[in-house]
Amino acid sequence: MKKILKTPIKNEDIADIRIGDVIYLDGHIITCRDVAHRRLIERGMELPIDLRGLAIFHAGPIVKKDGDKYTMISIGPTTSMRMEKFEKEFIEQTGVKLVVGKGGMGAKTAQACKEQKALHCVFPGGCAVLAATEVEEIEGVEWTELGMPESLWISRVKEFGPLIVSIDTEGNNLFENNKKIFNERKDRIVEEISKHVRFIK
Amino acid sequence: MINNEQIQALTDILSKFTSVIGKRLPDDVTDKLKELRDKEENYLSKVVYNSMFENLEQAIKLDRPACQDTGVINYFLKAGSNFPYLAQLKDVLVEAVKIATIDSPLRHNAVQIFDEVNTGNNTGERAPFIHWEIVDDSDGIEVEVYMAGGGCSLPGRAITLMPSAGYEGVVKYVFDTMVDWGINACPPLLVGVGIAGSVENAALLSKKAILRPIGTSHPNPKGAEVERVLEKGLNELGLGPQGLSGNFSVMGVHIESAARHPSTISVAINVGCWAHRRGTIRIKGDMSYEIISHKGITL
Repeated sequence: MKKILKTPIKNEDIADIRIGDVIYLDGHIITCRDVAHRRLIERGMELPIDLRGLAIFHAGPIVKKDGDKYTMISIGPTTSMRMEKFEKEFIEQTGVKLVVGKGGMGAKTAQACKEQKALHCVFPGGCAVLAATEVEEIEGVEWTELGMPESLWISRVKEFGPLIVSIDTEGNNLFENNKKIFNERKDRIVEEISKHVRFIK
Repeated sequence: MINNEQIQALTDILSKFTSVIGKRLPDDVTDKLKELRDKEENYLSKVVYNSMFENLEQAIKLDRPACQDTGVINYFLKAGSNFPYLAQLKDVLVEAVKIATIDSPLRHNAVQIFDEVNTGNNTGERAPFIHWEIVDDSDGIEVEVYMAGGGCSLPGRAITLMPSAGYEGVVKYVFDTMVDWGINACPPLLVGVGIAGSVENAALLSKKAILRPIGTSHPNPKGAEVERVLEKGLNELGLGPQGLSGNFSVMGVHIESAARHPSTISVAINVGCWAHRRGTIRIKGDMSYEIISHKGITL
């Protein structure tokens, strides 16, 4: 059976979810990426949306305007690591419960997920039409002066996913675990290949 | 005499072709992804591959860009010196990008340096980026469209090594880059490596390397062998789709090279994500065209 979270998300909803789990989301998710993080944390600007219990999406979509309404055309995740510098404070200040992006995030975000009870999840990168078909409606947009990718797009979603949990509320970090394994393998492989490339004699 | 109808036709072909590239992967990439999908075993790999293929189907069905990041548009041109519209081609490409931005639609991805303003139409200072080569005296032109997305542009880097580091240094640099940055760039990746005597030469070659069709090899047998061992070794890292671990990391490794200075070995890396959006079209002086990279599509 699909594990589906609904916004607003409470701490107990996500307490038992662990890295490697696949979950889905019903409710509201707001795109929030480089400039929005910088504005809140570095410039101290107040976000125009209360994110308590909600989800943010590291994403910059393609949106089409039809009259007064917007249609979500294509919305996939962007590299979450770009937001690592700000995410710990962002989670602390906003009370956001679900951070969705792609690739891993670092130790500071993992610490915030543990202390503040939040999750970081991966939506499969490049799967932007799939994600767009899971958006029921764009309910609003803020900070449009930032341009299409950086605006805060407020979407109501249905069974939005798959979301692969990469950091859980105990601070476990799937990508950091994987990276350790990849690094251990790397040294042995590089040593082996180096034997075959001694072209300068 | 400039023939305005012909220029209009050229603009039309190039804007439509640019749109298509965002929506459909080239045949070699699709074939390779199918091959890798069938060889992955773990649960998360299967979840991710299912999403990838469902997404590709939906993109074609709904006629939308497969990935929201349609990149900064790059054109690599191989022109015949008798192509009748060489002088107009730059303006034609700028216009084609503006039209594709609305028709496709493409995401607005051109942010002006220093002013930090998104132009909203994917054109701007040196955008689209155009690379020129005059290759023969024919009246045709080959246009390669590449959408350089942010995620797979992020790992791109280059360094100049001393000869004492040798090709061993090149290997280490490739592996360090892949583990540190490759996992976030939407693997399985197509890895391009440029080897030359200075960073800008190596960097351009590393991008040209990922424009080569998957399955082609470096012309020097030693180069081809290095491609093969790097591919095997990178796959042994087991990054898997989206870096979630699996049996494969890459769709291939391509090396392009230029003779180096005796004192330097420059190496550059560029990667293409699994949604590797590139396409090749040949256009003749009479505006007849042939699409090389994608079978069975008409504009």
